[in-house]
Amino acid sequence: MSLGHMKRSIRKTNPDKERARQEKYYTASQWSLMWRKLIKHRLALISFIILAILYTGAIFAGFLAPYGLGDFSGSYSNAPPSKIRFVHEGEFIGPFVYPYEIAYDEFWTKVFVENTETPYPIRFFVKGSPYKILGLIESNVHLFGVDNSNLQPGKDDVRVMLFGADQLGRDLFSRILIGSQVSLTVPLLGTAISFVLAVIIGGISGYYGGIVDTVIQRIIEVLSSFPTLPLWMALSAAIPPGISVTQVFIAITIIMSLLSWPRLARTVRSRFLSLREEDFVLAARLAGVSDFKIIIKHLVPGFMSYLIVNLTLGIPNMILGETAMSFLGLGMRAPATSWGVLLQETQSVSNIANHPWKLIPVLFVGISVLAFNFLGDGLRDAADPYK
Amino acid sequence: MDNMIYIIKRIGMAFLTLLMISFVVFFIIQLPPGDFVDSMVTDMVAQGETVTEQDIANLKAMYRMDRPFLVQYFDWLKGILTGNWGISFYYNQGVLVKIKETLGATLMVSFLTLGVTYIVAIPIAIYSAKNQYSLGDYLFTFLGFVGMAVPNFLLAILLMYLSFKWTGRPIMGLFIDGGITDWASLLEFLKRLIIPITVISLNEACGLIRRIRAQMLDEQEKPYVLCIRAKGTSERTITFKYQMRAILNPIVSGLGGMIAGVFNGSTITAIVLMLPTQGPILLKALQTQDVYLSGGILLISATLVVIGTLISDLLLAALDPRIKLLEEIK
Repeated sequence: MSLGHMKRSIRKTNPDKERARQEKYYTASQWSLMWRKLIKHRLALISFIILAILYTGAIFAGFLAPYGLGDFSGSYSNAPPSKIRFVHEGEFIGPFVYPYEIAYDEFWTKVFVENTETPYPIRFFVKGSPYKILGLIESNVHLFGVDNSNLQPGKDDVRVMLFGADQLGRDLFSRILIGSQVSLTVPLLGTAISFVLAVIIGGISGYYGGIVDTVIQRIIEVLSSFPTLPLWMALSAAIPPGISVTQVFIAITIIMSLLSWPRLARTVRSRFLSLREEDFVLAARLAGVSDFKIIIKHLVPGFMSYLIVNLTLGIPNMILGETAMSFLGLGMRAPATSWGVLLQETQSVSNIANHPWKLIPVLFVGISVLAFNFLGDGLRDAADPYK
Repeated sequence: MDNMIYIIKRIGMAFLTLLMISFVVFFIIQLPPGDFVDSMVTDMVAQGETVTEQDIANLKAMYRMDRPFLVQYFDWLKGILTGNWGISFYYNQGVLVKIKETLGATLMVSFLTLGVTYIVAIPIAIYSAKNQYSLGDYLFTFLGFVGMAVPNFLLAILLMYLSFKWTGRPIMGLFIDGGITDWASLLEFLKRLIIPITVISLNEACGLIRRIRAQMLDEQEKPYVLCIRAKGTSERTITFKYQMRAILNPIVSGLGGMIAGVFNGSTITAIVLMLPTQGPILLKALQTQDVYLSGGILLISATLVVIGTLISDLLLAALDPRIKLLEEIK
């Protein structure tokens, strides 16, 4: 705080109050100090908000997505994004879509043409395919959807597809939301697992030293000598076929964490080694504090912030890794979906040339990777006591 | 003499690491339930042949799959050391033959990528650090973030799509039919290298630029820089004679990691762009449980990373005597 600023604020406010405020600043815990610094870091704050939105979207995916995981429609195969309109025959009637009709252009390529005879209104809280939120709340009400009540009998349902459709006529917007449940949770769970592994193994290595330390360091060196992607591929290929979606999910999470803990464990160990020599540890030991209490009360908080920064910065790699695995067909399998699975259709150039909207999942991958990176940078600045 | 001992110790450690790596590789390729014989039997049954228990046992004995894990491992290791890497079941060729086919292209793409990465990253990083908060610095930082956030296989697809739009045909593969015979074919070959090298080096270059830039900015604040600047030394001399020494450290120490990164990038990029390198073969081998082939490729790529780390460690010790001293004290 600059001197001028301090003078101004003292002039404005009651001195007692100001003193109390300053006292609060000086006695604040490490975490609340970190939080205060973090919310001043604008890019990190924006990233935090974006991630909060993405994760909320993943939790309520069933409700926010107009269609379910298995909803497909033959007449919407490779359909472009729906145009949401408000004015029908010069009259404002609220949001609606026109149904698509299939036509062929002069090269005999399939094109979708809007039939502007009847508008199909978009309604809120419509009933659709059933879903569960967090595996607990069952419902079939979706935030929005097309009102198909004046549909001619024998015709396919009219759909609203904000991001277009895939080859089987499934709504990309819904599938991105549902896929985010996998793409955004694998990195978090994987990070949690590698966090536990790193603290335990790195802690043992740093605390006991000697031969245990040497052996663990060798193992870490071996594991970090592999290029991660080929090893990920080999491990993913070992997931047996025919197991349930949940089991595949767990297997991929474990594979992701298996290769990221060594780097973290090395960090934990080196922090442990350097903190162990600090004077405050010696003081605590002289005061008769037990080893266990020294570790938990004095050592761990000392590198916790450091570790959290490292964890956050490791998440983007896991997002990209899961996407790459699923893209190659070694990750999540149908009927489950993730952003990488959605991108499988972009493997051929002609598919991108004719249906560019299929690249939309890349935006979500990129945004979440960047957001975690900026958040990690912000956390690093906030956790650094020298700035 | 002292140096020789250090070098020999380092090489010995690298061999130990390689030995452990070979064990991990063998463990991983044995992980999938069932083996090549099982999938072969399934195929034979599907084609209407009758396969008895005895046939399966014979097949397993023929492919030496009926023995305990450790025996199989030592057999495999012995083969690796004596140049018999086993048979690729899928291609029906020796593993070593198959690997040799692609090793040249893999190494060429990898080393070209490494070279391009360093050539591009170092000047940009120095410029960014010397002109902090300038327009150029912001531009490179922004590009760096984009390069970090876009998965490189998608970048490969996007570039391929753009090349398809501009030239009317997708640039795929690496070598031209008939080989390089004249200038025109050489030019075509170089053209085909552009996309893979751009894509693979982008990720690595972004990380390298960030590391060197940070190191350079740290150096800017150091008292010795202030001192030589006060003496009237030109900024150019300060940068290239004094500060360059300090940034050599992150450049050299990152070599092992960079080689690993290049392999990561080239594996998936090669699959997308259908390059004749090890990526597509590894994927195929993993999909068909062609264990000796996938094991061989994994072993080769890990070995190259270990060699890279070894070289960077030795270079680092030569450049910065403090590092060797620290290890001796330990």
